[in-house]
Amino acid sequence: MKDKDEKKIEKRELKINRRTLLKGALAGAATTMLPLNRADASFKDFWESFFQKHFREMTVAEKQQVVQRLEQEYERKYKKAIQIGIEPAMPGVLFGYGLDLSRCIGCRTCVYACVHENNQSRDPQIQWIQVLRFKHGDLMNWEKAEKYYDPKQVPEPGYFYMPVQCQQCENPACTRACPTQATWKEPDGIVVVDYNWCIGCRYCMAACPYGARHFNWGEPGIKPADINPVTHYLGNRPRYRGVVEKCTFCIQRTRKGRYTACVEACPVGARKFGNLLDPKSEVRYAMEHKRTFRLKDDLGTHPKFFYFFDFEAGERFSG
Amino acid sequence: MGKKLIAAVLFLLLPLSFAYAAGQDYPLPNPKDIMARPAFPKADQGLWPCSQCHSGMPVNYKIRKLTMMHQDVVLKHMPGGWCFDCHNPTNRDTLKLFTGQTVSFDQSYLVCAQCHGFIFKEWKAGLHGKRIGMWNGKKTYYQCINCHWPHDPKFKSIKPFPAPIRPADIK
Ligand code: HEC
Ligand code: HEC
Ligand code: HEC
Ligand code: HEC
Repeated sequence: MKDKDEKKIEKRELKINRRTLLKGALAGAATTMLPLNRADASFKDFWESFFQKHFREMTVAEKQQVVQRLEQEYERKYKKAIQIGIEPAMPGVLFGYGLDLSRCIGCRTCVYACVHENNQSRDPQIQWIQVLRFKHGDLMNWEKAEKYYDPKQVPEPGYFYMPVQCQQCENPACTRACPTQATWKEPDGIVVVDYNWCIGCRYCMAACPYGARHFNWGEPGIKPADINPVTHYLGNRPRYRGVVEKCTFCIQRTRKGRYTACVEACPVGARKFGNLLDPKSEVRYAMEHKRTFRLKDDLGTHPKFFYFFDFEAGERFSG
Repeated sequence: MGKKLIAAVLFLLLPLSFAYAAGQDYPLPNPKDIMARPAFPKADQGLWPCSQCHSGMPVNYKIRKLTMMHQDVVLKHMPGGWCFDCHNPTNRDTLKLFTGQTVSFDQSYLVCAQCHGFIFKEWKAGLHGKRIGMWNGKKTYYQCINCHWPHDPKFKSIKPFPAPIRPADIK
């Protein structure tokens, strides 16, 4: 297991080196490809998006200008007012997530809540959360993980379930793989993608050990009526054909203090979210009182997504 | 000398402060922040208030199968337990704690807390059960009976949402 993973890392580093060589060339290509994924843009919009600065280098006024242009574009395209937020990271906040494996029943309520909140393409189907089913005793035996289980009722005896989504690594492999800096880690720890900078090379997808990034092979298929109009530039605003997308801890909600959609949807309350820097937060409680682990942590990615379970069933009834 | 004394006092106080921090419990949420409980299943069939029948009825402490009324209430919870572990024999419109204190149906979680202290502590900390709203502000707590029916509390299995489309199924 260990050996295999080490090899994987080596391989990845090799790739990254090759990528850095390609970076310059691709970055050049990127600028010419950029506006092509929005063929309906007017010449002025085309011109402006062509010279759009990197999001992190824009002033608030510049961001507002870009967002205004995009809102008009979306309105033309979807015949619906879509509001794009640019809320910055809150100071003193590092987002973290906890998932209670002894509670999850594999019902996929979170999957669909996420699809609706975050405007994922319905057809072709894109789902940021994937729920894996394992036999008891087979925890993290990836070859035996089942994604397509479809029983009449959950939970099924003898199985448990593990939802996997972007792990919001502190040391993300994906962002380093990007030749155009279209994906990066924000100060509150959320790894984001700028869909107007992404050139769709999918290097980040190859670098992600969690399969958490998804590619729009076609024009996203979502009915205007189904679009959640409250969006964030770095989050759930409608995507384009040929860009990569992923979970952003519902940046459009959490930057305003709200819980993520999956936390609120989970019928068993297995999902916990909060500020890792706040000792009173529920994620910190889980870290301090439960057996926690992180997925493939030996790769050095340092996810901020923690899985946990109870120490022992007996303890639950004490008192 | 004085400095040493202060150091010694601090040194002695340190473990105490740790013990204090470790024993600190999470506060009980404000009742306003707790989700409303669902209406009684048969509230519209004249089941509420309970006292309309019970105020004049003798209290029957015998553990038995109910035949005249509440036939649907079959305890699948705490073997050997009985209705009056939770319900108040003298005022049926309320619940009761082991201490004898009456509790309204809106605060049934206080009844659960007596036997499930550990889970209750985790519930207050936001770990067991669920809270919605703001991660950094006002939250609404689901209460125990929003998820566990008190007479048969095991969480019921449900129908899962559809599985993702297999790559092979994509045309
Ligand atoms: C329509 C009249 C009626 C109403 C309203 C009613 N009950 Fe009863 N209840 C009865 C009868 C009759 C029995 C005895 C059943 C038997 O012995 O088979 C009973 C029995 C009980 C018992 C078993 C212990 C005992 O004293 O016999 C409990 C506990 C109880 N009721 C609780 C409630 C609660 C709580 C409510 C309100 C939500 C309620 N009841 C409303 C008629 C009523
Ligand atoms: C574990 C504590 C507990 C025990 C034991 C218990 N109850 Fe209850 N019961 C409750 C609580 C709490 C409610 C209120 C549920 C709500 O708020 O929706 C309730 C509600 C009721 C109701 C009104 C709702 C309904 O189902 O129609 C009746 C009637 C009732 N109980 C009867 C009984 C009887 C009869 C027994 C004994 C056989 C009993 N209960 C045992 C906690 C208990
Ligand atoms: C008098 C003590 C007592 C009270 C009060 C009590 N319980 Fe329990 N409960 C038990 C015991 C004992 C068990 C374990 C035995 C069993 O499985 O029935 C249990 C089991 C449970 C379980 C696990 C059931 C399962 O099969 O997995 C749940 C959930 C539960 N209680 C919820 C509640 C809720 C909600 C309340 C408040 C309305 C409550 N309990 C009040 C004693 C109590
Ligand atoms: C959001 C829903 C939810 C709420 C709210 C909730 N629980 Fe649970 N609880 C669960 C689920 C899911 C399980 C695991 C499945 C089961 O065993 O029934 C569980 C399990 C339990 C168990 C069994 C022991 C265990 O750890 O599996 C007890 C006891 C229990 N809950 C008591 C409570 C009490 C007391 C409260 C209120 C203070 C409460 N629950 C609030 C969802 C909830």
